[in-house]
Amino acid sequence: MSEKPRDLEITEPVEITLNGELITAQNGELLIDACERNGSYIPRFCYHPRMSPVGMCRMCLVEVDTGRGAALQPSCMIPVSDGMSVDTESDGVAKAQDGILEFLLANHPLDCPVCDKGGECPLQDQAYAYGPGESRFVEEKRHNEKPIPISDLVFLDRERCILCDRCTRFADEVAGDPLIHFIHRGSHTEVNTFPGEPFASYFSGNTVQICPVGALTASPYRFKARPWDLEETESTCTRCSVGCRVTVESSRNEVLRLQGVDSDPVNWSWLCDKGRFGFEAGNSRNRISQPLLRSESGELSEVRWNTALDGAASAISAAVDGRGPQSVAVLGGARLTNESAYAWTKLAKGVIGTDNVDCQLGDGLPAELVLGLPGASIDEVCESGATVLYLGPDAKEELPVLYLRLRHAADSDGVKIVEVGPTLTGLSPYVAESITALPGETASVVAALLDGTSEHVQASALLRDASDLKVVIGRANLAEDETITVKAANLIRESVPGATFLPALRRGNVRGALEAGLSPGLLPGGAVLAGTVPPGWQSVPTEKGGSASEILEDAANGRVEVLILLGSDPLRDFPDRSLARRALAGAKTVISVDPFVNASAELADLVLAASMFSESAGTTTNLEGRVTTLNQKVTPPGTARDDWMIAVDLTDRLGADLGVETSAADLLHEMAEFSDAHVALRDGDPVGDGVMLDISGRDLVTPAEFEVPAANAYSLRLVLNRTMYDKGTLLAESPSSAGLAGESVVKLSAADAAPLGVDGSTQVKVTSEHGSVIVAATIDPKVPKGVAVMHHVLGDVDAGTLLVSGDPVCDVRVEVS
Amino acid sequence: MARLTPDNLLLARKIIARFPKPRSATIMLCHLAQEQDGYLSEEAMAQIAELIGATPAEVLGTASFYEMFKMHPVGKYCVNVCTNISCQLLGGEELLEHAEEVMGIRSGSTTEDGMFTLEDVECVAACTEAPAVQVNYRYFNKVSPEGFDELLEDLRSGELSRTIPPHGTLGYVRQDLDGDRIANITPPSQQVEPVWFPDGDSDEGPAK
Repeated sequence: MSEKPRDLEITEPVEITLNGELITAQNGELLIDACERNGSYIPRFCYHPRMSPVGMCRMCLVEVDTGRGAALQPSCMIPVSDGMSVDTESDGVAKAQDGILEFLLANHPLDCPVCDKGGECPLQDQAYAYGPGESRFVEEKRHNEKPIPISDLVFLDRERCILCDRCTRFADEVAGDPLIHFIHRGSHTEVNTFPGEPFASYFSGNTVQICPVGALTASPYRFKARPWDLEETESTCTRCSVGCRVTVESSRNEVLRLQGVDSDPVNWSWLCDKGRFGFEAGNSRNRISQPLLRSESGELSEVRWNTALDGAASAISAAVDGRGPQSVAVLGGARLTNESAYAWTKLAKGVIGTDNVDCQLGDGLPAELVLGLPGASIDEVCESGATVLYLGPDAKEELPVLYLRLRHAADSDGVKIVEVGPTLTGLSPYVAESITALPGETASVVAALLDGTSEHVQASALLRDASDLKVVIGRANLAEDETITVKAANLIRESVPGATFLPALRRGNVRGALEAGLSPGLLPGGAVLAGTVPPGWQSVPTEKGGSASEILEDAANGRVEVLILLGSDPLRDFPDRSLARRALAGAKTVISVDPFVNASAELADLVLAASMFSESAGTTTNLEGRVTTLNQKVTPPGTARDDWMIAVDLTDRLGADLGVETSAADLLHEMAEFSDAHVALRDGDPVGDGVMLDISGRDLVTPAEFEVPAANAYSLRLVLNRTMYDKGTLLAESPSSAGLAGESVVKLSAADAAPLGVDGSTQVKVTSEHGSVIVAATIDPKVPKGVAVMHHVLGDVDAGTLLVSGDPVCDVRVEVS
Repeated sequence: MARLTPDNLLLARKIIARFPKPRSATIMLCHLAQEQDGYLSEEAMAQIAELIGATPAEVLGTASFYEMFKMHPVGKYCVNVCTNISCQLLGGEELLEHAEEVMGIRSGSTTEDGMFTLEDVECVAACTEAPAVQVNYRYFNKVSPEGFDELLEDLRSGELSRTIPPHGTLGYVRQDLDGDRIANITPPSQQVEPVWFPDGDSDEGPAK
């Protein structure tokens, strides 16, 4: 197992004798860790360095002498104390290990040849290393139905289980979803779920990773490979912006699984199921392996790269010649590597000369704000005793491993979180106080909390007394304009000068893309577009471009002729659906650079086949600004290629040179020439936990003035947020997770539902000024009065038709249809 | 059936209120549900979980640890025949066989009329009275096959309904022995109702 003891700085040294030698250990640390750190690995099954010890399996018995004679003790339960003498290799210990293994194997089926764990199984390995070789038990072994599904993703084989309590402890302690439990007693004990209530945790895949036997297996990997056939490389998950470290494991050029790596500042070895099983999309049959060009009959058909790139280049040149460079726009790029993001920035801004570039799709925050806020790392936010103001989206749904860290911080490390948002979230049970801010009121609720006029006296005092306030800031509601969040951020910076911020944006490398300059008005390194030409560039745009909504608006009315979608799908992702539709129809040429023909690419004139996660090497930047490496493990299908290569080829055809001599790393090094923050990356790739970049510390962003209309008694304020499993392309292309997305629904509070006659699953008509949808309504205790919640990109009902981008809030009327 | 009746729900809330942490009431609420239905149903466990803020899996995990919570419907009377060493030596296994014969069921199952569930059990701590039988955990000592037949007859006819309430009922009479055989056991006549039973104004404080 890859579970190493945590790094430790010895502050209270004590001396203990380990197998006859004096060693120094930290007072109070667990003996099992101290021994491992000093070269004596003690076999174990139940102990996991990220969970509390339980002493279940008894495998870690060692002889401990604290002055009263040596006795066998479980080393995972014994804190080190001064003068302790430990023997991990004595005859007594060997006999104990031998005996424990004989017991553990008494009921274990020994079906290793057909077990997925065989070859990487702690029980198998330790039975070989410390076990008796043969068993004295002749009795029939315990029999159970072979694997039973305990969730849509995880199977449980109770015969193989050795009852180590790891999965059940994980579910309870780490994930907070105790849906699996020991059931029955004695020799009948088994791990199981409650009948009809599956282990539907967002984190269920971790139990498969930490299971020390083959009892838990995950459907995407079952019977796909033997461990000795797998090759692995360490990389970073890019499904959301938390940036969990993973190993990517493949066989025969196909990724077969991802495992979490214990990165102390980030993911602590945990992954969410969306990240863990999302690799399936890369193996999808629907990947495109060749560029696609819309033929005269209107079909997208495969063409050679030369044809596709020539077509793209001539469309761009024609637009630039005709209406100027600003008639070309680039939308997306928040899922690319840093190198690709920089290459596209340079192509768009330095070569084509347009500043109409935005990597966010109207669902993020202004780049100046994200990059300008004084930063807080995940560790700083979760630091013992910290006070956190949480203004972000539901972390459990959007940034799952950040949720695990925050949950642990609040639950075990005394971190006090005040949550302000339009609904309760997955984090609400653990926070000090959840304060409802109806859509449009976020800034005013925060203002009241900080100036002491809030009725939430305790929360207000907590925030005002905090010596260094940490703020997690993001978009809890896509139907509320971003300026309201900007205003809240400015308020906090003005009234709490020492406050630091963790931006909770969602897309994998959104921060890296912003730092690379894929945002209007910015250059790489967060520099403001003001005439300075970065080294290696020919020129910079002369006029500032527009944000995603402005770009789409321009495309809709023909001012943007060429719309390049860089791994983005505005038709599905941009909150204002009708604008996205008009834009795609209005642009003369739509070029999609994507691994899939997504909803928007269906309407494109040209689709350039791009590589995906695990197919391209480079670096990525997580929400804190931590740069980590992405490694390539498999090759992209057909002639699909990295986004930066596409940029290089396109630049060539536009008669310029992107300056890449050997590899994508040249791009990163060029960026480092210009950006002080990126200098750390110049001397080679960031390894392991990565390098933190900090380009914060700018002036406030002045948000546009806006007025939130008063709520009227007949309507509800719409909250548009996301769920972990939705109908996004990558999920839809992952067979094991595709079915987990729910149906469209509007969630109401009981107080609002009753007068409408809504109970259970009534069909209702939700009407805004701009459109209406028919959808099932349910009552949700997390929803406050006055609010209607719908989920973005979920189900067949398109909530995006209700809003218009630029409106501060969206009021809807709900009637039983 | 299954979910708590309104009265029991009220009682459940009172029980929960006696503890600083709601989940401390798990076992008591399981007893309450078992008293209501004769066994602990899945619906009841799910409802208990809701009431105490736990998951149903946690309630099941806790309840299933205890042999005396029955997860499946059982007869009105659970008849336990001890087959552990003392009883075995004095005819426990023969008694069990006899019981299976006369009741027409195998150990571990319930008669069709829903009157009896027969179980063979490990030591019930009545070795001096072997072979011992329990009916709803009330002891019958030195039971002969004929005695067993009589016992069944008395249970069927209602003769014993006063001393042996239906399975799940909480309360009195744990052991019915002659005075001279009792050591440090409160005689049934002096036992009080369990503390979580309301008696008029039980709101006024903790356990009596």
